[in-house]
Amino acid sequence: MYTQAMDTAPKEERSSLEDAALQQRFDARIDAGDFIEAKDWMPEHYRKTLVRQISQHAHSEIVGMLPEGNWITRAPTLKRKAILLAKVQDEGGHGLYLYAAAETLGTSRDQMIGALHSGKAKYSSIFNYPTLAWADVGVIGWLVDGAAIMNQVPLCRCSYAPYARAMVRVCREESFHQRQGFDALYVMMTQGTPAQRAMVQGAVNRWWWPSLMMFGPPDAESPNSAQSMRWGIKRNSNDELRQKFVDACVDQAKVLGVTLPDPELKWNEQRGHHDFGAIDWAEFWRVVGGDGPCNRERLAARVGAWEEGAWVREAAMAHERKRALKEKAA
Amino acid sequence: MKPSVRPEVSKGNQAVSGEWPLWEVFVRSKAGLDHKHCGSLHAPDAKAAIQLARDVYTRRQEGTSIWVVKSDQITASDPGDKDMYFDPMADKVYRHPTFYELPESVNHM
Amino acid sequence: MTQSIVIKPNADAQYVLRLADTCLIWSHRLSEWCGHAPVLEEDIALANQALDLLGQARALLTRAGQIDGQGFDEDQLAYLRDEGDFVNVTLAELPNGMNGQRDFAFTVLRNFVLSSWALLIWQHLASSRNTELAAIAGKAAKEARYHREHAADWVIRLGDGSDESARRMAAALERLWPTTHELFDSDEVDHAAASSGLGPAWSVLREAWLADVEAVFVEATLALPPKSAYRSEAKRGVHTEHMGRLLAEMQTLQRSYPGGMW
Repeated sequence: MYTQAMDTAPKEERSSLEDAALQQRFDARIDAGDFIEAKDWMPEHYRKTLVRQISQHAHSEIVGMLPEGNWITRAPTLKRKAILLAKVQDEGGHGLYLYAAAETLGTSRDQMIGALHSGKAKYSSIFNYPTLAWADVGVIGWLVDGAAIMNQVPLCRCSYAPYARAMVRVCREESFHQRQGFDALYVMMTQGTPAQRAMVQGAVNRWWWPSLMMFGPPDAESPNSAQSMRWGIKRNSNDELRQKFVDACVDQAKVLGVTLPDPELKWNEQRGHHDFGAIDWAEFWRVVGGDGPCNRERLAARVGAWEEGAWVREAAMAHERKRALKEKAA
Repeated sequence: MKPSVRPEVSKGNQAVSGEWPLWEVFVRSKAGLDHKHCGSLHAPDAKAAIQLARDVYTRRQEGTSIWVVKSDQITASDPGDKDMYFDPMADKVYRHPTFYELPESVNHM
Repeated sequence: MTQSIVIKPNADAQYVLRLADTCLIWSHRLSEWCGHAPVLEEDIALANQALDLLGQARALLTRAGQIDGQGFDEDQLAYLRDEGDFVNVTLAELPNGMNGQRDFAFTVLRNFVLSSWALLIWQHLASSRNTELAAIAGKAAKEARYHREHAADWVIRLGDGSDESARRMAAALERLWPTTHELFDSDEVDHAAASSGLGPAWSVLREAWLADVEAVFVEATLALPPKSAYRSEAKRGVHTEHMGRLLAEMQTLQRSYPGGMW
């Protein structure tokens, strides 16, 4: 889901004949389920794909801090404030672990951030939607974190070890993210006022379809998925995960007492899954392409924080250089 | 709107000027006997690296001891068979670009 | 609109509320940095501090509510008091920067100055006759010690960093310094607390605080601004223009969803 547009990108050149033996060996290791470490030989295409995926995953975590961060100062109780602050902080931490994993492949934090700020690198399209009410925070925890968890657990077995290790750390910390969102909604729906219930339903109406889009384009339109799956970078197909997500959410929505905004949603006894309505892929491509409700603001916030913080980063290095000189002279 | 601040090129070990160096973090938890590698982070100096390691890597578990080492000070063993290996021996643990000093004329890459 | 609550005029409750509100509002200002800090690692560090302070605020608000005796909990006290009943120190409510910008120089200076002060208070309060307050202080002192050290390091890094950082730090110090007098002004609330053994009068903290701050400022190559006759009074309920806006934002949901459950 961090490479929603990558599945349809053109295939890259195969490596030279000299690498053929190395390639064979590498493929054998992958097929045997071995982990690849930072200094192991790897095809250039594998390395590039991983840098793209891991860095875009990291960017998603960082940009993901913004829609929920929008409500920290307005959290309605001190407990909810603490929970939200801890959750958004976790997302920052996850971004950090992922940048660290990507750096083992030959890129630097600054280079990756530069790619994000210039628009070259993408992040998950879901974060380009606005959080218009407090209930959005709960719905993001329930649906968006729920979708992310489905994607993240299999990544703990991804072939590239530094990424897998980062994902193990992320998954350990992630467990409370979805629960706190669901809990916040559950309290409002079962103990709250009619106005609160309306707020929750409104949030569900706005976030349901974008959540389904998180899983990326349909399998039929994702030709490069196969290679990523062979390499163990991607473990399930887009449609597979999306279906699993829908099935789980239908039951959860019943517990909450909310309606999912899809009149075509219904159980299909033959398939053993829920049928659901058509996704507006035109909207998806528009948002992925930069023309969603909040793309410009999200990027401006990240670029702004970076530029306004430049003097701080530089001053810290200037101080360290002075200190090192003093130490040498002493 | 100000133009984007681009990292400057400079001489010496920092291929990208102003970028804080990379540190590897090792934490020994209360229950543990050994320091375990948890990951890395960027910090301007050693003291900051320790504090930030505490803030980033020990938020949930009670660490009792933290070690930080600049990533370019770590030497890693040869990962595999010689015939799979093109890079120099006793190499750095990462492929991080700032570990490799290049001549100034090509230092912008 | 949810109605405001009013607490009784009790010196003990006031003493505790001054600490509670200072932690609450200071934490709120720090939380505004989440997602916007100069570097990711520091974003996480600032959020940690905000969470520590929020934890302290919650414990202290609960204690104050118990002393007040009307059954108000931490949320009613935080979300349903009017501006004039908040008694945080002025320094806590000042925005992170001027003209809508966030200013990291001001934030680290405030963190250092307030953490140094807070650490002294917690150390004194560890021997309060009020056992709950003493327990809160014991935990808070450990947190304040770390906050103080982290902030002091930043004050030094930025005070003695680049020309630009030195300039920004001097400007931030100019803005901050006049509000520090309030941290050591003692009034009838302090005198009551001191004589009953609840806690120290704030005036007794001044000497130790100044020694700490001056030592760090020397290393940071920062000059103390000249003394100012200005006396800020937020801890007596007389706030700056910033407090109204802060509370409007903070309290909006509880005010607009009467009877809401969260």
